Parts: sequence; C-alpha cells; structure tokens
Amino acid sequence: MENITIGKLKENFSTSILEINTNNGDAFVLVEKKQIIPILTFLKNDSELDYNMLIDLSAVDYLKHPVKKAERFEIVYQLYSLTKNHKIRIKVSIEMKDLCVDSATSLWKSANWAEREVFDMFGIKFNGHPNLRRILTHHEFIGHPLRKDYPIKKRQILSVNDTLMDEMEQKLREKGLKQ
Amino acid sequence: MTIEKEFYKDLHTELLFVNFGPSHPASHGTLRTFCALDGEKVITAVSEIGYLHRGFEKTVEHKTYNQVIPYTDRLNYVSSIMNNVGFSKAVEKMLGITITDRCIFIRVIISELMRIIDHLVCLAALLVDLGALTNYWYLYNKREVVYTILEKLTGARLTNSFTRIGGLYRDLYDGFEDDVKFALTDIEKAINDVLKLNKKNKIFLDRTQDVCIVSKEDAISYGFTGPCLRASGVEYDVRKANPYYYYDQFDFDIPVGEHGDTYDRIFVRFEEMNQSIKLVRQYLKKLPSGPINSDDKRVSLPDKNDAYNNIEGLINHFKIIYEGVKVPSGEIYDSTEAANGELGYYIISDGSGTPYRVRVRPPCFYIFASYPDIIEGYRIADIIATLGSLNIIAGELDR
Repeated sequence: MENITIGKLKENFSTSILEINTNNGDAFVLVEKKQIIPILTFLKNDSELDYNMLIDLSAVDYLKHPVKKAERFEIVYQLYSLTKNHKIRIKVSIEMKDLCVDSATSLWKSANWAEREVFDMFGIKFNGHPNLRRILTHHEFIGHPLRKDYPIKKRQILSVNDTLMDEMEQKLREKGLKQ
Repeated sequence: MTIEKEFYKDLHTELLFVNFGPSHPASHGTLRTFCALDGEKVITAVSEIGYLHRGFEKTVEHKTYNQVIPYTDRLNYVSSIMNNVGFSKAVEKMLGITITDRCIFIRVIISELMRIIDHLVCLAALLVDLGALTNYWYLYNKREVVYTILEKLTGARLTNSFTRIGGLYRDLYDGFEDDVKFALTDIEKAINDVLKLNKKNKIFLDRTQDVCIVSKEDAISYGFTGPCLRASGVEYDVRKANPYYYYDQFDFDIPVGEHGDTYDRIFVRFEEMNQSIKLVRQYLKKLPSGPINSDDKRVSLPDKNDAYNNIEGLINHFKIIYEGVKVPSGEIYDSTEAANGELGYYIISDGSGTPYRVRVRPPCFYIFASYPDIIEGYRIADIIATLGSLNIIAGELDR
C-alpha cells in the first residue's frame, strides 16, 4: 500500500517533488526549496494528514559523503501526526551559493530553537526567523562546527559573556515596556 | 485572588534584571535564564543554553558505532542506559539484525529501572526546591538501591555503557532478580511515603497548582514529548504509539494530566513510576533464558577460543574492533521513549564503520525552548519549581 502522505503530495505538488525514497521502512520526500513552506503548511493543515508536530529539524553536510550529491547541504524535517500516528521526513537541498531557506517558525514553535541550532552548526540562514542567533556555541565563535570542513581539533578562545540585553530589549519592546 | 490583584495594581517597582543561572543550585545544571522582574514577578525572560556543549554530534562522526555508546551515556546522564538502548536500537534496525529475546527483556527491565530513578531524581530535587527536604532523603535513598544493582551489573554507577550493537556488555549476575524485586518494594514504599507527605499538603498544592500552565496546543506546537506532554493532556507515548521490544504485549497505562501545570507534571511522573514498576515485574516474570548477543557475524565478537586459535576468528575480531561494525549506506530516524520524552536518533551511514552523521533529538531541547515563555507572569519561586518539573538535563540539552 502506498503511503497516503506521498500520494497526497504527488497529487498536489507533483512538480515540486524531486525524489521519493523509502529507506529502512520510513519514507522521505525531497522537495523544491521554494515550495517548502506551502508544502509544510499543507501537511500540517490537511485534515487527512494532520501533521501537528514538528518532531525534529536538523541538517546534514554531504561534502565528504562517498555518494556525491548535487547540493552540499540538506535540511531535514521530521513530522509526526499525533492523531493519525504516522510520520514523514521532508528534505530540502541547500546550495553553497544560496545558504538560506524560509523559516517554519510560523507553523510550529519548535522550529524556533531547532532553526537556531542549524544556523549555529551549519551557517544556514532562515528567512523570517524572529531571533536567528547562535544557540549552542559562544556568541564570539567563528565558523560552523558541524560542517565537514571544520577541523575537529580546532580550538577557539572565547571570553566575553553575552549580556542577552539586546534580546531582552526586543522582548520588552514587544510588550510595550520600552520604547 | 482578585482582591489581591486589585490591591497590588498600582504597586510597581522599576524593572530589575536578574540572571538565574548558569551556576545556580536550583537550575539543576548549567542553564541560564535572564529575567526582567517587577517585584517578585517575572515580566519576561530570555534563556541561554550551550554551557555544557561538548560537540557530541561532531565527535561521534569520528568514532566507530560501538565507541559512540559511551558518548550517549553523557546525554541524559541520569538515565544513561536508556540512551544506550535508543542508539543501539537505531543502528540494529539499520543493520537489519534481530537481537535475542533475553537481550530485549534485559534492556527493557534496565530501561524501566532507569526511568524510575530518573523520575526519583527529578521529584526529589523538585521537592527540595519547594522546601520539602525530607522527601529528598526518602526518594534519593531508593535511587541508591537501584544504583547498587547497576554497579553490580555494569561496574559503573552513572555512565554504564551497558549495551553493544547487537547485544549487551554482559549477562545478569546471580541474584539480580531478587535484588530488583527488593528494590521495587522499597521504591513503592518511598513513593507512598512521599505522597502521604505531599498529596494533601496545602503548601505543596498552593505552590504547584495552576502554576506555569502549558496548554495542549502549545505543548504540541513546542514539540513537547514525554511526561510534560502527557501532563498537558495528550496521550502520546512512543511505547504505545509505535511499540517496540514487546511493549504492546504487556499491561501498563499511560498517565495523562488535565491542566498542564506543575502539579500535573509532578503527578504524571509519580504515576509513571508505578507503571514502570508494574512493567519490570511483568518482564521479570517472563524473562527468557538463552544468549544475550546476536550470533550475526557482522556485529558480534567471535568466541575467545576462536579469536585466539584460528585466523578467521582473529580477523573477525580485529575488523569489528578496529574498523567498527559496518552499517549499510542509508539513513534512519528511530526513536524510543526515554525518561524525558521521545529520544530520537537520526543516523546517516556511508557504509563504513563510523557514522557519517548522528543527530540526536533530545527531548529536553524542545521542552526548554518553551521555558522563557511559560514562566511569564509567575513569581520567581514558582519558576524554580517549574524548571524542576520540566526536568531539564543539561547533558542532552547542550550535547
């Protein structure tokens, strides 16, 4: 039996689907970068699919992978539906020349920190993200550690604390407590 | 309540900025929350994480699959074997090997014991934060009983590294079953004692009920899993939704809260411990005998006799240790229900003995992302109790 999600995606976004694969039992779909937000919105809002949870969002750097890919990076969305109990993996390719993709923060709140982590670790920007800054590494850190060309033994000396005042001021302004 | 609000309406102080953490005993780890306070009330807050970032995902790209297991110990270090099990299960699924029933049963028994001590630690620390120190001794002492068992079994207390790809480090010792049965009765008694002290305690109820409520919709949107999601009224547990390791053949319930406040998060954990005790007893009763390691030559080390006395055995041993278990090229996302929620591993293999990329989906990461938002409008003492009830473990948060 074909996966209902893949069937529905083929029906509605046939031109945007680049690859469908069912490795190890769970399916993934590689889609066009331009169409990612409409596709995610569709998956979330369609009553038969109802993917109400973004379980995880991460990225992969294929620079040193033995099977050459057309583009270097891939962003991976793991979606899960609590009501239908099914899951799907959506991927988008990101090329080195254009390291950005639209943010999914308007769809799921979990995308907020997950996208910050991808930005921190891979340097991929998310258009429309409310607070795109480093999350796991220090704010003075240079480079993106999970890229395959970042040397594993490289060390950086970082000293100055992040006051977090700019982030705080932004929040206070949103609440009208500061001009 | 309304009279109080009316009374304090005009009483405002200037905003005071306070750092809660990163090194604060009540933050249970290196978490930093920068709060803007109006009197005792948190107006808004910003969280900063990463103080315990060790580069787990980068490091394991340079280790063989079996060498990754000790690193997974350090994710949620309160229930380390659950991380071992999650990782091994994902890799085994990728390899397509079946592990022996005895191995599965032992993994489940230890995992459920781990879930119990994880909750014991969480609740003990939380109750201390509320000022109820006695409970801490009651609960922590029982954790010690389980740690003694683990010490006997694995040789380590905290970072056990008990699983191997395709099996386990070693079989159970003689008398394990009796030790566990004794520990379970002990834990049950401790839980009852603590409940007697708190269940109808006015201070405890006032401090936890209707505090930092997370609605069902918000919990789903934030990507909550585990006890925190269930406290908000969503019945989702990986053990029930996508059963693995025979969980569907045993009898246990999923406790679900109603309001999503601190109180619900505490009591979901109390009830989960009871369910885990029930599960351990059932699994113990049906524990099969037989080998603990898979006989698949790709993953299991040859018999010592073979390794020393014939060349095939020696080469087999050498290859598994030096080059690692060869996992076929491909990718997988596999998850287990860890103590804090869904622990997922997204592994990409390039066919060699080291993983190309390992992404951990730590349950805490998504839960802690909500923290600055859910504490808005509550008092500083309450947000500490809330942090305890979310059970953030910095090891898996920062990786």
